[in-house]
Amino acid sequence: MSVNKLNYILQLADNALIIGHRISEWCGHGPILEQDIAITNTALDHLGQARSLFQYAASLYNELPAEERAAIAPNLNIAADQIADEDTFPYHRDAWDFRNVQLLEQDNKDWAYTVARSFFYDQFTVLHYTALRNSTDATVAAIAEKSLKEAKYHLKWSSEWVIRLGDGTEESHARMQEAINELWAYTGELFMASEADTAMLAEGIATALDKIKTDWFTNVYAILSEATLAMPDANAWMHAGGKTGTHTEHMGFILTELQYVQRAYPNMTW
Amino acid sequence: MSQEWPLWEVFIRSKTGLDHKHVGSLHAADAAMAMENARDVYTRRMEGVSIWVVESKHIHASNPDEADSMYDPANDKVYRHPTFYVLPKEVEYM
Repeated sequence: MSVNKLNYILQLADNALIIGHRISEWCGHGPILEQDIAITNTALDHLGQARSLFQYAASLYNELPAEERAAIAPNLNIAADQIADEDTFPYHRDAWDFRNVQLLEQDNKDWAYTVARSFFYDQFTVLHYTALRNSTDATVAAIAEKSLKEAKYHLKWSSEWVIRLGDGTEESHARMQEAINELWAYTGELFMASEADTAMLAEGIATALDKIKTDWFTNVYAILSEATLAMPDANAWMHAGGKTGTHTEHMGFILTELQYVQRAYPNMTW
Repeated sequence: MSQEWPLWEVFIRSKTGLDHKHVGSLHAADAAMAMENARDVYTRRMEGVSIWVVESKHIHASNPDEADSMYDPANDKVYRHPTFYVLPKEVEYM
């Protein structure tokens, strides 16, 4: 078992954690009561997936050879021989050790941006989890099977909102189009294979991202058309770097909120 | 008031139940959104596995002020209950 496998799981876990955290910022601030409940439910779904993945990441870390663990331990604020648990990775790494795609750390901004961000990600997760059900790793397959049910509902929710806002009033259409256009450059990273992706693909644990990319474009186009929204250029320049620890300025603020209490009172419990 | 989305009544059938029960109401722009909102608001603790939504304006309710003329007359008409028949032994557990 290599560090690549750990990093692969962290890619998945960090995606779930960061989008879950971002969406949770809407709690109490939703535009209407029913949607406040809906979106906080969605945040909980993502955080639940993050928990399962971080539990697996911790167990993979604990099984690493001593020298490899010793190299990573300082980034986790733990001693080289200390056992990691599900909280070690979320609460103790700094921004450059997170492997989420940059799309998910973008600002909530308004309802249209939030919907667009989820729409792009949900289209990806449904295709991705569907494929990962066939992973040669049993834990990944099990997590994918369970997460797929949640992802399908998330996709239904975000697609319906893209259609309603796009094919809505002049203002909602303008806001939705702007959100689609502004976030477009962050979508390419979902399909860029990192070293971890490539290594896991060779072992049959991961799935080929370029196959998913074609389906993603087809599905996104179908919804955008129904929403009377213009699809941005498929060959536009794309941001990259999240999977290898390069993040936008938002990451620092997100982690400050997320990690403050654990860092201020290390090892505290309720 | 025209700025508000229409009001919908929500009925949920529990996993072991046979009938949909009224659980509350919510606002939504249309039936599809009402269904999703009902799922998010009224089934998050596994309260049910089937949802009906009906726009509140389509529900017609009886007037409580007319209760005495609507329902009291049925109170003392004992002959309307099927309790006067003596069942033959062969079907006594019917």
